[in-house]
Amino acid sequence: MSRYSAFGLLRGAFNGQKHWQPAWRDPEPKTHYDIIIIGGGGHGLATAYYLAKVHGLKNIAVLEKGWIGGGNTGRNTTIVRSNYRLKPLHDLFEFGLKMWEHLSDELNYNVMFSPRGAMFLGHSDADMTKLAERGDAMRCDGIDADLMTRDEVAKLEPLLDMSRSARFPIEGGLIQRRGGTARHDAVAWGYARGADSLGVDIIQKCEVTGFIRDGDAVVGVETTRGRINAGRVGICVAGNSGHVAGLAGIKLPVESQTLQAMVTEGVKPMLNSVIMSQSLHCYISQSDKGGIVFGGDPDNWPSYAQRGNPMVMEHAVAQGLALVPALSRLRMVRTWSGVTDMSFDGAPIIGETPVENLFLNGGWCYGGFKATPASGWTYAHTLATGKPHALNAPFALDRFERGATIDETGTGPMPNSR
Amino acid sequence: MMQITCPHCGPRAQAEFVYERTVDSVVALDASPEDAMRTLFTRDNPRGVDDEIWRHTYGCRAWMVVTRHRVTNEISAIRAVGPEVLP
Repeated sequence: MSRYSAFGLLRGAFNGQKHWQPAWRDPEPKTHYDIIIIGGGGHGLATAYYLAKVHGLKNIAVLEKGWIGGGNTGRNTTIVRSNYRLKPLHDLFEFGLKMWEHLSDELNYNVMFSPRGAMFLGHSDADMTKLAERGDAMRCDGIDADLMTRDEVAKLEPLLDMSRSARFPIEGGLIQRRGGTARHDAVAWGYARGADSLGVDIIQKCEVTGFIRDGDAVVGVETTRGRINAGRVGICVAGNSGHVAGLAGIKLPVESQTLQAMVTEGVKPMLNSVIMSQSLHCYISQSDKGGIVFGGDPDNWPSYAQRGNPMVMEHAVAQGLALVPALSRLRMVRTWSGVTDMSFDGAPIIGETPVENLFLNGGWCYGGFKATPASGWTYAHTLATGKPHALNAPFALDRFERGATIDETGTGPMPNSR
Repeated sequence: MMQITCPHCGPRAQAEFVYERTVDSVVALDASPEDAMRTLFTRDNPRGVDDEIWRHTYGCRAWMVVTRHRVTNEISAIRAVGPEVLP
C-alpha cells in the first residue's frame, strides 16, 4: 500500500494519475479467523485497525452485510466533541477527541477534522447552571470548556436570534473549542485502508445469519457466504445490535429507533461553530461544502426502517429556524436516517456478553460517530485480551442489573424518555 | 407518517399518537426482582413484528396495543388495552 502524499499527487500529474490503486482488497472469506468483527462501520473498522496495529494480530476479518460505512457511519451529523457531564463518558470521549486530533496523520487519510468549536446554548438561568456544572466537571478532568456570556455567543454566531422576544431566548452558552466536525465517509475509508494494509480481510455483502456454538462458547458464524470459524467474535452493528445479539439468544437493554438528519443547499460560510441546544435537542452546523446540517430528536418509537418521518423532521427544522431565522429561505436537499440502538441509560455498552467468546460493542444511541477512534481502541483491547479496557470497564453489559447505570440525563429505564 | 386506526376513533394520523413501550416490557405486579429487572431493562427488539403500546394522546387518550412490523411499518392488528391484554 503506497502512502498518499502531495508528492505522489504531483508525480501522478505527469502520468495521468494512473497510479491510483483500490484502497482495500475484496478478499474471499477464509475458513477460520482468530477474530471476526461483525459490522463494517467506523467502529468495526477502527477495531480491526487497532487489533492489527496495536495488538499485532494478523488473522482478522470484518464482515459487513452491505458496504462499509453504509450504516450510521454515513448517516450522522459528523459532530465530534467530549463535553459530557459524567466522568466515565467524558473520559472515554476525551480519549477519542485526542485521537481525532491526529487521526489524519495516523491513517495517512484526510478525515477533515475541523475543530471549529462545539457550543451548547443555554436558554434560561437553570440551563446556565446546568452548563456551568457540566463545564466544571469537564475542567476537573482536564477537558477544555468555557462558559460564555450572551454577548460572547452573539459575537461568535451573529446570525442567532438574540432578541428578547425570541422563541428560545439565549442566555449564554458552554463551548468546547476543540470540538467540531469531521468527514464521516473518510473515517470509514481511512480505517478500512489502514486495516487492509495490515492484513485485515474486509468482507462486504456478507451478512451473519447465525452463530455456531460448541457448548456455551461461540466458535464461528454462519453467513450468507458460508460458515466461518472464529476464535472470538465481536458484534459491532449499531442499530442491529438487538437483532444480531438475538441470534445468539441474548436480550439486550436496547431499543432500535430511527434518528434523522438533513442538509440544505450549499451557501457561503454563515455558521462558525457547531450550535447545539440540549434543552431543545437540536444540532446545527455548516459542512465544508456549505450545506447547513440539521439534526434533532430520534423518531421516538422502535424502527429498523432507515427512513424517517416528516413529523420529526419538521420539529428539528422548526427549532433550527427559531434559533437561526436566516436559514428559512434555504432549500433542503437531502435527508437521511439511521437506526440507532438506544440503550436504557443513554451510554454505550462495550465488553463481554454472557456467551463465551462473544463480545458486544453497541448501544451508542445517537452519539457513536464521535467515539469511533476511542470505541475501536478500547474494543480492540477487549477483543485481544478478553478483558475490559480501563475506559470501557464502566460500560459493561451487566451494569443495569448491578444498578451501576451511567445515566447522563437521569431518565430511568426507558430509551430517550424526556 | 403512519396511519393508526384507533379502536375508538377510527383511522387517524400518527401525529395524534404517542408510543409508550413494548408489551414485553410491562412488569407484572407480582414479578420477582430478577424478572422485574429483566423486563424493565431488556427487549426482544426484533427486526420484524412486535407488540407495542401506543396512546391516542391527542385524541381520545385511550391506550392500545399495536402489532407493527419494525422495517415496513405495516400494522397487522390493533386492539384496545384491557385487563385481558396486559399481564
